[in-house]
Amino acid sequence: MNAPVRVLVAKPGLDGHDRGAKVIARALRDAGMEVIYTGLRQTPEMIVNAALEEDVQVIGLSILSGAHNAIVPRVLALLREKEMTDVKVIVGGIIPDEDARELLAQGVAAVFQPGASLDAIVASVQQAAGMARMAPGRKT
Amino acid sequence: MIRRKREFATSGGTPVAPSYGPEDLPPNFDLPPAGEFPFTRGIHRDMYRGRPWTMRQFSGFATAEETNRRYRYLLEQGQTGLSVAFDLPTLMGRDADDPESEGEVGKCGAPVSSLADMETLFEGIPLGSVSVSMTINSPAAVIWAMYLGVAEKQGANVAALRGTLQNDILKEYIAQKEYIFPPRPSMRLVTDTIEFGARETPLFHPISISGYHIREAGSTALEELAFTLRDGIEYVEWALERGLGIDEFAPRLSFFFNAHNDFFEEIAKFRAARRIWATIMRGRFGARDERSLKLRFHAQTAGCSLTWQQPYNNVVRTAIQALAAVLGGAQSLHTNSLDEAYALPSEHAATLALRTQQVILHETGVAKEPDPFGGSWYLEHLTDELDRGAHKYFEKIDEMGGMISAIEHGYPQAEIARSSYDYQRRVETGDTVVVGVNRFKSGEQQPIDTLHIGETAAGAQFARLRKVRAERSADAVRRALDRLRNGAEKRDNLMPFILEAVKSYATLGEICESLRQVFGVWQERNFTV
Repeated sequence: MNAPVRVLVAKPGLDGHDRGAKVIARALRDAGMEVIYTGLRQTPEMIVNAALEEDVQVIGLSILSGAHNAIVPRVLALLREKEMTDVKVIVGGIIPDEDARELLAQGVAAVFQPGASLDAIVASVQQAAGMARMAPGRKT
Repeated sequence: MIRRKREFATSGGTPVAPSYGPEDLPPNFDLPPAGEFPFTRGIHRDMYRGRPWTMRQFSGFATAEETNRRYRYLLEQGQTGLSVAFDLPTLMGRDADDPESEGEVGKCGAPVSSLADMETLFEGIPLGSVSVSMTINSPAAVIWAMYLGVAEKQGANVAALRGTLQNDILKEYIAQKEYIFPPRPSMRLVTDTIEFGARETPLFHPISISGYHIREAGSTALEELAFTLRDGIEYVEWALERGLGIDEFAPRLSFFFNAHNDFFEEIAKFRAARRIWATIMRGRFGARDERSLKLRFHAQTAGCSLTWQQPYNNVVRTAIQALAAVLGGAQSLHTNSLDEAYALPSEHAATLALRTQQVILHETGVAKEPDPFGGSWYLEHLTDELDRGAHKYFEKIDEMGGMISAIEHGYPQAEIARSSYDYQRRVETGDTVVVGVNRFKSGEQQPIDTLHIGETAAGAQFARLRKVRAERSADAVRRALDRLRNGAEKRDNLMPFILEAVKSYATLGEICESLRQVFGVWQERNFTV
């Protein structure tokens, strides 16, 4: 029926703790998605360019360092600039509740805090991809 | 029932028999007392009676000033050593005002962009008498030079300084990924510090060979043990290649392990580490000085075991993990704070973590005898299993041409990624129980107050940097950086050049950029996840 969901897992900022990003990338792949893992230290520009080139429906950002308030809004702004608002952004990491509320208000599709289950994350990515596909003007 | 099966294996998957007895000991079983080769039971005959472990809480946040205040507070509370956490820009050799530092300044530790920040960090703290551990790796030589610069300015005798530089770049490629330069020039820098330390700072530990981060990245206890000790072998080989005698530097090598949940497996890991290291140092490297054979280690309780759900449970986890480290013979210990799944610790939480160690030392009575579980059939069996398993890894890595070659092939990285995924799947199925997360969940979130670091820290840091750049001699900085680049192109020990650059108030970012121009940078290949 549908082509597999394509998702970009990205690790922005200077932090190198990639355990979570790698576990998530593998869990999404095991759930049948096509996963592109960017590797470390990606700027928002690099992430959005990769999302465009790889034609993904969802971007998953893993941020543990506390830099989410600086990084996530820039990713969202770049997506708007490039008219890629159909691409959904999901954030995982050490995100305090108040920051999570703020990120959701800015347009992030979901925020996952420590201890979130892989099943819940997989389901959320699937749901976001479904929304991305229904977005007007989407070719794939 | 499948669900129960896993409980009868160690966390690393080693099966555990229903019970152990004398028949499980090897036929030639021999357990010399603590203080005797191979030091399975501990490196000192009297262990904690002679000297309790150092209570060393890792801390740093916001700015050098605020961190300095926290250090003075911790020393007043009875902490016996300092341990500096630097922020991510510093760990990556970037100045606070580098565009790549945006959003990261002061968040995970203290920003130190120049000698001026290091002066502030230790203001009013006499470096001649306090031992300081610094968690810094890729730019370790530069940060150490700043530290030596401050000690000198304070009038301390540099040759008598005590402390530890983490400076373990191999585990960065393997696990924590805070690298700048490619592995070989990085190893040269590490060897420079080991050589410099052997000659100039004989009481300082120039390296802390770390399994902590390997475990945090998701390895098993066995992988932590094996990769860390194999990293140690690599550093020894490079120092020997440099022309140092084994007993000139080996007494100052130190280690850093994780203290995780599986109580007996952890104690066994510490014992196996001592035995393996002593045997290797004597057998493989011909060390004669007894101090070269003794594996000294710092332990930290497992950050990755802390949960966001029901955070007060973390106090209990940390206490039990700390007990394993003490029963395993640690020389120094950091206990995590209950709020660390949320943020850097609040002062209240950090104090409770320190009190946990004080209770273990002063109230439980476990420090009266070294290795009190020594001779337990179960513990001796686990120790032997880990010892055997580590040697299998050593053989494999030796076959691959050593640790650097193994890293370039992505071997330890892939092993750890597999173990961490296996673990997460077991948590998902409930095979591995995490109290409060996948069992015994309660609906209500326990509220805790956490430390929040705003963006004002970054602003203060930018202003300081501007002042440093305005007040220094631009000429002296340029000359020092030119000489450093020249030295890097040749084969000279770079420590004297780095010291000169630091003292001219060249910034961390400028010094690392000069080295990048010569050494290049490392990009991890995207190994399949």
